[in-house]
Amino acid sequence: MSGKLERGLNTLKAQIDAPMAAFFSSCVHCGVCAHACLFYTETGDPKYTPIYKLEPMRRVWQQEYSFWGKLARALGLSKPVTDQELADWEELVYDSCTLCGRCSLVCPVGNDITYMIRRMREGMVAAGHAPKGLKQVTVRTVEIGSPMGITPETLRKQAAHAEQDAGLPVPLDVAGADYLLLLSANETMVFTDTLPALTRIFHQAGVSWTLSSEAYEATNAGIQIGSSDIAAELVQRIVSAAEKLKVKYVISPECGHAYTALRWEGPNLIGRPYPFEVIHVAELLDQLRAEGRLKLDSRETGRLSFHDPCQMVRRGGVIEQPRRLLDQVAEDFVEMPDAGIHNWCCGGGGGVSANERAVPLRRRAFHRKKEQLDGLQLTTLVTSCANCRDMLEDGLEYYDMDIEVKGLADLLAEHLAESEPGAQGGEQS
Amino acid sequence: MSGIELLNWARGPGLQIAGAVFVIGVIVRLAAILLLGRKTDLSRPREGAMWPGLRTVLTRSIPDAGTFRRSPLVFIAGYVFHLGFLLTLLFYAPHILLLKSVTGLEWPGLPVSLIDVLAVLSITALVALFINRLIDPVRRHLSRCGDWLALLVTVLPLVTGYLALNRMLLPYTDMLAWHILSVELLLVVFPFSKLMHTFSFVLARWYNGAIAGRKGVQV
Amino acid sequence: MADNETLGEQLRRQGISRRSFLKFCAATTSLMALPPTMVSAVAAALEKARRPSVIWLSFQECTGCTESLTRSHSPTLESLIFGAISLDYHHTLQACAGHFAEHLRTEVIDKHPGEYLVLVDGSIPTRDDGVYSTIAGMTNVQILEETAAQAAAVIAVGTCAAFGGLPHADPNPTGAVPVSDIITDKPIINVSGCPPIPTVITGVLAHYLTFGGIPELDELGRPLMFYGDSIHDRCYRRPFYDKGLFAKTFDDAGARDGWCLYELGCKGPTTHNACATVKWNEGTSFPIESGHPCLGCSEPDFWDAGSFYNPLSAPIGDSSDWAAPAIAAGAAAGAALGLYGRRHKADAEARREPLTARDLEDKS
Repeated sequence: MSGKLERGLNTLKAQIDAPMAAFFSSCVHCGVCAHACLFYTETGDPKYTPIYKLEPMRRVWQQEYSFWGKLARALGLSKPVTDQELADWEELVYDSCTLCGRCSLVCPVGNDITYMIRRMREGMVAAGHAPKGLKQVTVRTVEIGSPMGITPETLRKQAAHAEQDAGLPVPLDVAGADYLLLLSANETMVFTDTLPALTRIFHQAGVSWTLSSEAYEATNAGIQIGSSDIAAELVQRIVSAAEKLKVKYVISPECGHAYTALRWEGPNLIGRPYPFEVIHVAELLDQLRAEGRLKLDSRETGRLSFHDPCQMVRRGGVIEQPRRLLDQVAEDFVEMPDAGIHNWCCGGGGGVSANERAVPLRRRAFHRKKEQLDGLQLTTLVTSCANCRDMLEDGLEYYDMDIEVKGLADLLAEHLAESEPGAQGGEQS
Repeated sequence: MSGIELLNWARGPGLQIAGAVFVIGVIVRLAAILLLGRKTDLSRPREGAMWPGLRTVLTRSIPDAGTFRRSPLVFIAGYVFHLGFLLTLLFYAPHILLLKSVTGLEWPGLPVSLIDVLAVLSITALVALFINRLIDPVRRHLSRCGDWLALLVTVLPLVTGYLALNRMLLPYTDMLAWHILSVELLLVVFPFSKLMHTFSFVLARWYNGAIAGRKGVQV
Repeated sequence: MADNETLGEQLRRQGISRRSFLKFCAATTSLMALPPTMVSAVAAALEKARRPSVIWLSFQECTGCTESLTRSHSPTLESLIFGAISLDYHHTLQACAGHFAEHLRTEVIDKHPGEYLVLVDGSIPTRDDGVYSTIAGMTNVQILEETAAQAAAVIAVGTCAAFGGLPHADPNPTGAVPVSDIITDKPIINVSGCPPIPTVITGVLAHYLTFGGIPELDELGRPLMFYGDSIHDRCYRRPFYDKGLFAKTFDDAGARDGWCLYELGCKGPTTHNACATVKWNEGTSFPIESGHPCLGCSEPDFWDAGSFYNPLSAPIGDSSDWAAPAIAAGAAAGAALGLYGRRHKADAEARREPLTARDLEDKS
């Protein structure tokens, strides 16, 4: 057995806990999860059935933790998982799963299949079977600080651009601020309207906030590739910066898995609770709205709908906030079929968007979103995740659909009332 | 061995052996799951975990409309089978007497004519699920020996029970003996097969509901 | 002792009228479940039948079978049948005793080889060379083997002779076995019951006399004409069973209203006998009619099938005997296996090397 395979199998073994054992014990092979997975529904290929993606790990569980499995293995009746098998499963575990969690929602026996895949990836990456693109992104994030190779210098430049755009100062490394704002690489480099938009909103609402030159990247490739060690390292950077700046809150930006990484996995990754709270930017904006600190003076006339980012909504619990916010600006808001926690993934979450090999499959899977949107006659599709936004733009273009995609904060900022800042007593410097 | 001797063996030593295997096996399986444990979640919960977990244990019995629409046969046949099986198991008067002798508890039964219909429905549903497993690409792809074995050992008690109830195929004594023996086969296979989901589904649903629940998502 | 007189000749000599003979034939025909058109055929056959010699051997028995038979004797038509055979040897009924009695037995064997019938009641002890029951210095096994060797057929009367019965019940101290365990080269008719219905005993003899052979038997060697139906199938309380109306105790309203006795342990569904149709005491009633569940006495091992008052669907034996130990064993094994799994997992965790970015850099 090669060192890497042994390392991978050992990791799989270590990843099996009571919920995993309960899930494997309960599966009746009913196949219902297949119909919840856009990679199956759009390809019709049964190998994309979610629970099937776990087959090697199921065998590890059976051989290591069940009496008969151990016996069968001792008698040579069942063969150990091979390196080739893991290699064969790489596509199923990484390319055809966005960790969107829809399967976990429908499984009749209640298996949280997403939880299982997340854990299986730990073993896959330890065995060396992770997609090349995702590996590269992970290395860049660890070594440079961002999947897109954004250095503190780049951040400063982008902040300066934002100051210009917003006509307002963008606080950087301000100790004692209430909120530390993180950005996803996409927002820093591609959707560059977001930082000015938030700057203006926070300014108007009188929010005390700052960026950090030590922790600006919210995305966490460690979560996507499935390495808790790397994910912990990335989370630790943010925690250290937040503790150094003594902020009360860390704002998870419009990026789905960043929220999962920071809000739900983070304390478990670093092994201790945070001395601050993590808040999703949509949660904060909704709070501002509820407190009357978000003043809007116009409405969007075109037809709008909201694409639910899986990690924020189904796996994150921020469900109603974006809708309440859109209610403030949309004249013609429609929900797409299956909206809310049952919404379908953009096809590029969970590291799929960083995996070039997966592009054709992901675009095929996007057909699901196309079907959801067909007939709605949307002008604009709003979402609250920069990765979803990227994938939606790509998919809509691929299917030749003329719908504009917007970030939630960007949209709100467009309709922000021009009023004096801090009218509610804010003390923005 | 004559029918009555087979029946006496099935009602006596057979049931004791099968019952012991079942009880020991199920406890061992559940203990093996639970004792693996899981790490305490250190993230700040949005809501409690216990109640959403318990809610999911119940609510997951009913699929959302979209999911139902995508696999109607599995759900309809699944419902009919599970309900038919449970009702015949728990509400056929002789079964109640059996359970009373083991548990000391007693409850009213259903009319034999209804039990008869339920058994037929349950068998039909299993046959439908069997055929579907043969022809549906996903289910065929997922199927292993254990799936066919589970189907077989589940349908046998229903079929033999139905035949015994209606005095068909074999003399009643023989059919009753085979019925009890088929139940014993089910009990023996149970802890070592996916039939364990009968118990472990509660854990699976609870974990799922609790994990999502503390994030504020009701699944 | 048997002579060459036919049954018809003998009846006429004894002054039995043709009319009462035909009545008997009609009853026998109906008992054997033959169509009424067969009455004249039965009469003709019986009239020509020769009186066969009969040796009645009593082994480990309680004389209940003989009692049953004698209860029906007089003055009913069944007695005719006893006139119709030559009962040459029967401990309880014969007048002579000692060597003379034993001599009668061997005389029949010598005089009528291949023609006489052997009726047996009681089971045969085999443990310790069969010493638990001996007659005139011979063990039951020896007597049975010697007597059956030249017999035309053997009729095992009662459940002890047919299936071992009470002496055979757990723990069977005498190693009691049924006739069929000893005699394997002769036709054996099992007339089971504890005791058998008298009319059924005589009916089997009548059949033998009428048709000169062995009637159609079930898998347990019992004549199908009497043992073809279960008590349950012919029970007048069956409609209550079908409606789910069960007496719960012997003195509740259901019991008084004649509801089904299944829950009180009735073994009718798995018991094959003619009680519900032929009935007992000249057709007066049968146990269920008297308000008591069927014990299943005409079936093998009915003593060992749990309490008579346990429902058929309930297990034989006390489930607390095995359930509590099984739970304890499961808990112990589960704890052991669970803790092993825990340690196994902890080992894997301890062995795990942290993954670093360097591990991800493709060396290719």
